[in-house]
Amino acid sequence: MIPAAFGYTRAGSVEEALRILASDAGAKVIAGGQSLLPLMKLRLAAPETLVDIGRLAELKGVRALDDGRLSVGALTTYADLMDSEARNYGVLLDAVPTIGDVQVRNRGTVGGALAHADPASDLPAVLIALDAEIVLRSTGGERTVPAAGFWEGAFVTAMRHDELLTEIVLPAPRDAAGSAYASLQQLASGYAMVGVAAVVMVGPDGTITGAGIGVTGVSDHAYKATDVEASLVGTDGSAAAGAAAAAKVVGGRSVNADIHAGSEYRAAMAVVYARRAIEAALARLA
Amino acid sequence: MVTDVLGAPVKRVEDPKFITGKGRYLDDISMPGMVHLSILRSPYAHANIKAIDTSAARLAPGVLAVFVGADIPYNPLPMAWPAGGASGIQNNVNMPRVLATDSVKWTGEGVAAVVAETPEQAVDALDLITVEWEPLPTVVDAEKATQPGAPQLHENAPDNVVFEWAVGDKDGTDAAFAGAEVVVKQRLVNNRLIPNPMEVRGDIGWYNPGTDEYTIWMSSQTPHIQRLLLAAFVTGIPEHKIRCISPDVGGAFGSKIFCYADMALVMFASKAIGGRPVKWVETRRESYQSTIHGRDHITYVEVAATKAGDVRGLRVKTYANLGGRLSTIGPGIPTTLYGRILAGPYRIPNVHCEVTGVYTNTTFVDAYRGAGRPEATYVVERSMDLLADELGLDPAEVRRRNFLPPDSFPYDNPSGLLTAVNGSKLYIDSGNYEPAMDKALAMVGYADTAAKKAEAKARGKLLGVGLSTYIEVCGVAPSKWIGAVGEGWGAAMWESSNIRVHLTGKVVVTMGTQPQGQGHETTYAQIISHELGIPMEDIVIQHSDTQGTPFGYGSYGSRTSNVGTGAALKAAAKIREKARRYAAHMLEANPEDIEIDGPSYRVKGSPDKVKTIQEIAFALDLAFDTPEGMEPYLDETAYHDTPNCTFPFGTHVALVEIDEETGVVDLVRYVAVDDVGKKINPMIVDGQLHGGIAQGIGQALWEGAIYGDDGQLLTGSMLDYALPRASWLPAFELDETVTPSPVNALGVKGVGEAGCIASTAAVANAVIDALSHLGIRHLDMPYTAQKVWGAIQAAKGGQA
Repeated sequence: MIPAAFGYTRAGSVEEALRILASDAGAKVIAGGQSLLPLMKLRLAAPETLVDIGRLAELKGVRALDDGRLSVGALTTYADLMDSEARNYGVLLDAVPTIGDVQVRNRGTVGGALAHADPASDLPAVLIALDAEIVLRSTGGERTVPAAGFWEGAFVTAMRHDELLTEIVLPAPRDAAGSAYASLQQLASGYAMVGVAAVVMVGPDGTITGAGIGVTGVSDHAYKATDVEASLVGTDGSAAAGAAAAAKVVGGRSVNADIHAGSEYRAAMAVVYARRAIEAALARLA
Repeated sequence: MVTDVLGAPVKRVEDPKFITGKGRYLDDISMPGMVHLSILRSPYAHANIKAIDTSAARLAPGVLAVFVGADIPYNPLPMAWPAGGASGIQNNVNMPRVLATDSVKWTGEGVAAVVAETPEQAVDALDLITVEWEPLPTVVDAEKATQPGAPQLHENAPDNVVFEWAVGDKDGTDAAFAGAEVVVKQRLVNNRLIPNPMEVRGDIGWYNPGTDEYTIWMSSQTPHIQRLLLAAFVTGIPEHKIRCISPDVGGAFGSKIFCYADMALVMFASKAIGGRPVKWVETRRESYQSTIHGRDHITYVEVAATKAGDVRGLRVKTYANLGGRLSTIGPGIPTTLYGRILAGPYRIPNVHCEVTGVYTNTTFVDAYRGAGRPEATYVVERSMDLLADELGLDPAEVRRRNFLPPDSFPYDNPSGLLTAVNGSKLYIDSGNYEPAMDKALAMVGYADTAAKKAEAKARGKLLGVGLSTYIEVCGVAPSKWIGAVGEGWGAAMWESSNIRVHLTGKVVVTMGTQPQGQGHETTYAQIISHELGIPMEDIVIQHSDTQGTPFGYGSYGSRTSNVGTGAALKAAAKIREKARRYAAHMLEANPEDIEIDGPSYRVKGSPDKVKTIQEIAFALDLAFDTPEGMEPYLDETAYHDTPNCTFPFGTHVALVEIDEETGVVDLVRYVAVDDVGKKINPMIVDGQLHGGIAQGIGQALWEGAIYGDDGQLLTGSMLDYALPRASWLPAFELDETVTPSPVNALGVKGVGEAGCIASTAAVANAVIDALSHLGIRHLDMPYTAQKVWGAIQAAKGGQA
């Protein structure tokens, strides 16, 4: 379990990190190291140079913005996230404690997990359901990508090589919104074979006025289940309505298969866990 | 007065060092000049080696030497336990070489080794070795490997057969089936397991050119045996020129019993580079590929019974997957340790078992916690449930009808299951099975099962209750039964103990057994303290080094508690007798007039004429007044060969709930009533049971090594091989019955394997019970959510 030899640079500032990324095509950013280092030790990854951003204080911590939105620095650890106002999002409260183990949650960073883009990672589904935004910076400036458009394939994102993921912005908590995350774990790795995050908003008469459904583990990247969302909106949130909406969660996508779960089982479980997530989100409203 | 600690839940004296990180494991050892070895392993499961080019690796930074198989003049590793022993049945033996020479038979077989100044340099240089491979067809399934047209692994093993072994009464069994009212048949797969000790294996070899001697530090359960095997069979180096040391061993579960190629490799490498110590520590991935695996049976079982549920015959045919080449005692596990205990705690008059050992392109298989006995228990306990299901009877009542009654013991199985080829027999030493089962059933509220199922159903859960009424054979073993002329382990099985009471009254005990986490330093001290009346804190237990401890066969099969303690008791008795003779001399009395009370040696009828063992040891050590014919010093050695094995038993009950919608199995309650005889330290017994139960549950619910058809290990790391986690388990509810074993003076039986032997079948039976209303009568382990969901869907006529 010894990685191949690699170069190492510790960035003293975001700007320095961005300059290195812009100039070195072989550079790879490391933050908490909880995803990258195991891959390197197994020699499944062999980056030429690691750019360590782990000590950049400006990227750490959670703060409320003036408009009520929540800014999560990319280097915020899972543990710190759960010690912040982010706890108030039921969907995060469900999902984050299931990630890794105590050591991983103390060392692993939110931004690192998102950038790593494991197709079975829990957080992408959550951020998609919340309609979060992901902030990317390069020497050329800053841009914001909606979570639903960030993941493009297995370990592939909308981020360019010269960009650094610096911040995640969560929408302001809403009244009359409930959210939940339900997942079926691959027991050895703890990653999701199927994970569904649901956010539902209801009007004064109980009608569902908005929904966000994020799905992980099912396809080659986390996705926004727009058919489910559309099916839910306008209904009364009954069990039948939830089930009918959940049935659309796969929506003709190519479904992952491995030794732990074939595509048929995964697709069936996506429906079950979508329904359970919707039910749990609605239950939080009650 | 010395407190009697025998049978008390004394805290383990080992624990402070282990808990505070002060243990000294193999990889903690560093020494001046030490260098590092790394092994290039085959990426193919079956291939010929056409050529190996090591020239670039030799020139890599820090590299001192690169070896291939042809460089090493040692013999292949030894086969210590052919199936059938002296019976003369054919064993088509193919053993690993230190490094493969012409071909590889599994992914992970070693083909070259690099020695370098640092571990990093050694690993990096592996990438510079090029091997020209000729890939060959592969087979990983033991039953398929014996079929016509299967890829052939070895020229001397047609149809990949290692051996064909049988035990029991074939004619009687055939007759029982011919006249049977009911016959139940089932194919059972006992899934392949990866041992996963917390500490992986490793060795350090050091050749001292000044003395021409070798020292090997090894993470091993059997340093004495390894010295013998490495000397006499592998290297040809004289035994007295080899010293083996096992430092603290961080778990083993059987996987560290064996003679591995790396042990010889570090010896060879150290000499080849002029005598610098050479360290090799396997990675977890190497541990998964090239340390032994366990289980992996395909079994066809048939049960003949009356309509009332009396079992009249058991017929078993098993294909045992032994891997690409054989491990040290691989053939002995699915034969002697499996077929001979198949009848379990039941009075089954006719039993016949055939076992075919098979080569496949997989890692070798050998003893893993329980070793054959979990597989046997699984067969007979699933059989009892299948019979109950067929007859519509309660599984507990079917067991009750067939239990050996308490007046059966010592019990000689009528099918001759326990008779070795030289006629030497084991007898089931003792047993009283119904009280243990009744206690477990009461604890779990078995009578309320129907109500529990209804309550769970209302929550959308399928509840199942499963029993396992196991026995095992442990405390191995009488030498004449299992030795080379008996059952074929190419060794005896006695144990040794030396006790020295020093001048200061402190006691040093050296043992031939070898702990790997069991707490020997505590339990032996409890026994010696009890026997000599000396406080436990004045006693130290030493082991693990062939220099300074008497020869012993190591620790596995719960042999320490039966055989090792037997040696300690005998050595203590010798100490007492010498102390008695010397006390008589000191007190001017006849030895027969000295009575012993703990530490006190007193003249009968004269309470003030007394010497303590400490006073006796002091005087005997200084030897200023030693009577004619008596040697100085209180120092005695004893050897013990057990007259029989021991046979722990008990009843375990598992309750599972299955989420019908997802197939997720949740173990909600676990009750175990075990009879392990008397206990030396009940806290340590409970710890062994907890760990064993968890391990057996792991096999039933989560664990299973999976190979692709090409022989690639798909569960090659902990990312894909699911080990049990504490948070997935309920609090175990333990109780006991106590039937002392008559085999040893302490009345103990052993508990290292019991939990693991019992729990797999209990959980399996519970899962099938939960599904039986759907018409499901069997599923193979592990019961993953996908598998259970698929079975439910199929039973309901769904899409799956």
